[in-house]
Amino acid sequence: MRFMMLIIPKGYEKAAPGTFPDAKDVEAMMRYNESLKKAGVLLALDGLHPPSMGARVSFKGGKPSVVDGPFAEAKEIVGGYWMIQAKSREEAIEWARRCPAGDNETIEVRQVQELSDFPEDVQQVLSKEFKASAS
Amino acid sequence: MTDPRPERTLEAVWRMEAARIIGGVTRLVRDVSLAEDLAQETLVIALERWREEGIPENPGAWLMRAAKNRAIDSLRRRGMMERKETELSEAVPSPGGSGDAAEEAVLTALEDEGGDDVLRLMFVACHPVLSTEARVALTLRLLGGLTTDEIARAFLVPEPTIAQRIVRAKRTLTAARVPFEVPKGPELGGRLSAVLEAVYLIFNEGYAATKGDAWVRPELCDDALRLGRSLAELVPDEPEVHGLVALMEIQASRTQARQGPTGEPILLLDQDRSRWDELLIRRGLDALSRAEAIGGAYGPYTLQAAIAACHARARTADETDWVRIVALYDGLVALTGSPVVELNRAVAVAMAFGPEAGLEIADRLAAESVLESYHLLPSVRGDLLAKLGRNDEARAEFERAAFLAKNTRERTLLLGRAKRI
Repeated sequence: MRFMMLIIPKGYEKAAPGTFPDAKDVEAMMRYNESLKKAGVLLALDGLHPPSMGARVSFKGGKPSVVDGPFAEAKEIVGGYWMIQAKSREEAIEWARRCPAGDNETIEVRQVQELSDFPEDVQQVLSKEFKASAS
Repeated sequence: MTDPRPERTLEAVWRMEAARIIGGVTRLVRDVSLAEDLAQETLVIALERWREEGIPENPGAWLMRAAKNRAIDSLRRRGMMERKETELSEAVPSPGGSGDAAEEAVLTALEDEGGDDVLRLMFVACHPVLSTEARVALTLRLLGGLTTDEIARAFLVPEPTIAQRIVRAKRTLTAARVPFEVPKGPELGGRLSAVLEAVYLIFNEGYAATKGDAWVRPELCDDALRLGRSLAELVPDEPEVHGLVALMEIQASRTQARQGPTGEPILLLDQDRSRWDELLIRRGLDALSRAEAIGGAYGPYTLQAAIAACHARARTADETDWVRIVALYDGLVALTGSPVVELNRAVAVAMAFGPEAGLEIADRLAAESVLESYHLLPSVRGDLLAKLGRNDEARAEFERAAFLAKNTRERTLLLGRAKRI
């Protein structure tokens, strides 16, 4: 099973472009990442620039419209993620609990959808190419 | 009804911490068998306590401390605590005296920030005094945190067989007084090969089950990948460790494409490549680059990974660089002298230079009769004969291959091929 741990730092929604965590926090986080690697569970990770450097594309009425960040209405903003391999939901939660996150931060643990999780009809759409080449 | 959470959390935390806990306790009591028993006792106590008092704030640290306390009790019972204190007071500046302070010194000395205990434990679990089967079982048990029941189910053998195997292995290690250390100098190479072999055997049992109805058991592949990635962090200067990780990542990337809707195996060249896992391919290619960056001659795992990478890089089966694959197989045959590898080389040669050239190699193997009961030899010959239009011979070969195959799914596939000619 794969899980994504999404870190949600409170206040990041208002952060100025080019805001980075300070060296001390980064150091603690590096040690944590190292422990995930040493356990062989880390598959990927990334940190995200603040929303003030991003944009939102919404599709009201079927038409894409673009709003540049920061987003006044946004309360929770993803600051980065880890993708890990775990045996169970409990294990993923336990890894999240070990994160040296700050007072203002929350980690959301979400299971990654795998092909075999989808209902039969969706799987068939996803594997159309295979069917076409096999027939 | 009892709350299922303590049990589930304990199970999860044990998987995460088994190697570190058993390793840490072994360093203290100097006996992996005793360390494992102490760790198991700790698990029983943990479940009781967590059910009564709730799950502790830091379950991993709780388990570690509880296990070490049991280790200290055990040393005390055997009158070894005093010696241990002396031993430790030389290594660790301790406030002196006995009692709590000394105990604290013992506990501090057991911190394992660098993962050295885990590495030592890997070398002990794969020690040459043990049979290959025992190494595999012990690796899953001590480093993967699997129960004997889980190991038994993974390998489709009765639970008592695995339990017996583990008991015997632990006894052998104790009797041989196997030291708890990472081998050094000229010994390291061979000992590391044994560790890599055990990890790859675990992977392969998950990737191409030798017995039973299911063709793949991805959980076992995940266990092996985890062990391999962990090992790559612990011994980062050994190219073959990265080679093995690269090989496993790339092979695992094909898991979703290797099975049809009813679980039937799909051969590499017939797979829908859009189902290959891009993340694992990227990880595999990165690991291969790490192996290559260290330099030196390619070892067997790096060569196999390089072959797997040729397939991973090809967007369609037609784009496969077969000439490079043949060259890599040449190297692998020279290195291993294995007839199974030679058979794979025959397939690559056929793809690069035509079925006739490949069949020549396969026929030579058949004449040497070293692979007499290996179902893939007639399967490959059948394939090449069919390509050359020698249908009657091809059909006979596929039937023979089906007769020799032990996996039900594979047998069905081979019989299907015989019928379709």
